[in-house]
Amino acid sequence: MTAAVSTAAARDTAGPGGQPHHHRRRWTRYLLPAYSWLVIAYLVFPIAVMVLYSFNKVTTGLPQVSFAWNGFTTQWYREWSSIPQLTSSFWLSVRLALASTVLATIVGTLLALALVRYRPPRFRGKGFIEQVMFLNIAAPEIVLGASLLGLFVTINVARGFATLLLAHVAFSIAYVVVTVRARLAGFDRSLEEAAQDLGANAWVTFRKVTLPLIFPGILAGALMAFALSIDDFVTSNFVSGAAVPFPVWVYGATRIGIPPQVFVFGSAIFAVGILCALASIVVARRQA
Amino acid sequence: MEQPVLADHPGLVTRRRDRRPRLGRALAPYLLSLPAGLWLLVLFLVPLVVMLSLSLQSCNTATGACVMTWHWAEFGQQLSLYHSQFITSFYFAGAATVIDLIVSFPIAYWIAFYGGRKKNFFLLMLLVPFFVSFVIRTVVWEFILSDQGIILGNLKNAHLLPQNFHVLATGYAVVAGLAYNYLPFTALPLYVAIERIDKRVLDAAYDLYANRRQAFLKVILPLTVPGLFAAFLLTFIPALGDYVNQQILGGTNNTMIGTVIQNAFLTNLDYAGGSALSAILMAIALIGIFAYARLLGSRTIEEYL
Repeated sequence: MTAAVSTAAARDTAGPGGQPHHHRRRWTRYLLPAYSWLVIAYLVFPIAVMVLYSFNKVTTGLPQVSFAWNGFTTQWYREWSSIPQLTSSFWLSVRLALASTVLATIVGTLLALALVRYRPPRFRGKGFIEQVMFLNIAAPEIVLGASLLGLFVTINVARGFATLLLAHVAFSIAYVVVTVRARLAGFDRSLEEAAQDLGANAWVTFRKVTLPLIFPGILAGALMAFALSIDDFVTSNFVSGAAVPFPVWVYGATRIGIPPQVFVFGSAIFAVGILCALASIVVARRQA
Repeated sequence: MEQPVLADHPGLVTRRRDRRPRLGRALAPYLLSLPAGLWLLVLFLVPLVVMLSLSLQSCNTATGACVMTWHWAEFGQQLSLYHSQFITSFYFAGAATVIDLIVSFPIAYWIAFYGGRKKNFFLLMLLVPFFVSFVIRTVVWEFILSDQGIILGNLKNAHLLPQNFHVLATGYAVVAGLAYNYLPFTALPLYVAIERIDKRVLDAAYDLYANRRQAFLKVILPLTVPGLFAAFLLTFIPALGDYVNQQILGGTNNTMIGTVIQNAFLTNLDYAGGSALSAILMAIALIGIFAYARLLGSRTIEEYL
């Protein structure tokens, strides 16, 4: 090997400037990986506890997860729906997240298309819209939730599914736009022009050329919107009223004690989320 | 769009262009942004204005009915009532942010420089808390840190801790919860910033006889300043307004401002007071947000999400 190649190889494998000091500081090479794995373990630890204790037997008779390990059981998975309010709040959250995802993804994708394709002077106000989105993302969520409740109180709208949906779409749009726009950046517009030159009208061009090309971006945006919605507590707590979404129910119920079913739902959502993340990585890789 | 080459073939090109109405083409960007724009206007900007207006009104806390009285003193009154909760929020959110920056910098650095082909796996590992609901993971920490829980209970049974030792209901539990819940918000921007560093700049530093310490302090750290700022903003502002961690893990003597706002709106029906406190919180956040937009540009936040 020539000196240049070996230096390049060492740089790629050993990282920045490791070469000159390696013989002296060999043990420190393990410091960073060991530390990083410790942090990962710390991040995973509560999730592991949750999954483990969703299989824990309860001996007290009270519907509460007990701290002591009483033995393995799948009882709580079999009785996952035995707390009616919990189950109904969960399905409410699923319906809400689906509706919010569809709406936020459609309006967000349209806005992303506008922001990617047009600039001033053809698109006046572009900078303003970008600043509003930035503000929306950076503002504390409690302010968004409280101000929405203030609006609904002022115009005297009853809180329920509709207000939840309005609020969830409102906080998802900016994230959808950012996600879709990131994937639109490398879009080759000459493909659309080719389709139009071949006689396709605007709609056919969009459906047959534009949409398939930007689909991974839209999918990523939709997953983001779904995750934001199903996980949201702060805004939902302000605008939910009589319709209680899953996180709000859990928050209220756990003031008394944690029913094992909460850990079951948590584990199930975790599994589905990880599967979706892997699926979206696979889709993105295949498209790329 | 209007390329000179196309103009050479007027028959072919103008026929296609003409099928789309001129007005429609001019309106296209506005039509595309109309639904989302309206949504953000009515359900984000208007509520902020309503919040400001509500904080100047006088509300009947029994019925929740409000009348505009231009009561500017509301802000001062709320601040004097709840300044200690504001200070607690700053203190807890600041501590959690500093902890997160210190904890996540090395791992972001490691993934960016040494992640190799497993980068995506490690990034997914950083994001793993997000796959469990925010409320549930906070509840799990409550479970883990309970007085007779799986850690403290066992340590007490082994007589390594006194029986009255507790973590829950203390500020430490709140800071720990905040630090855990917002760690990915810190780690990802840092990763993006470090990943973006041109590795040849480091080689140049070593060629100019920098040692590892100097290369880190004079090359890597300055280049990650935008990422550090983004990480700070994306961690500190949400943590400042957080009340879930405080309510689940904290006690009554370490109330944060989010709890006060929530109680004002949902328990006491004090919309004026709650709005005034929210407006103050938003004003504090805006200082950071504007500073960020001024220094780095508002669009750069997208790169760190």
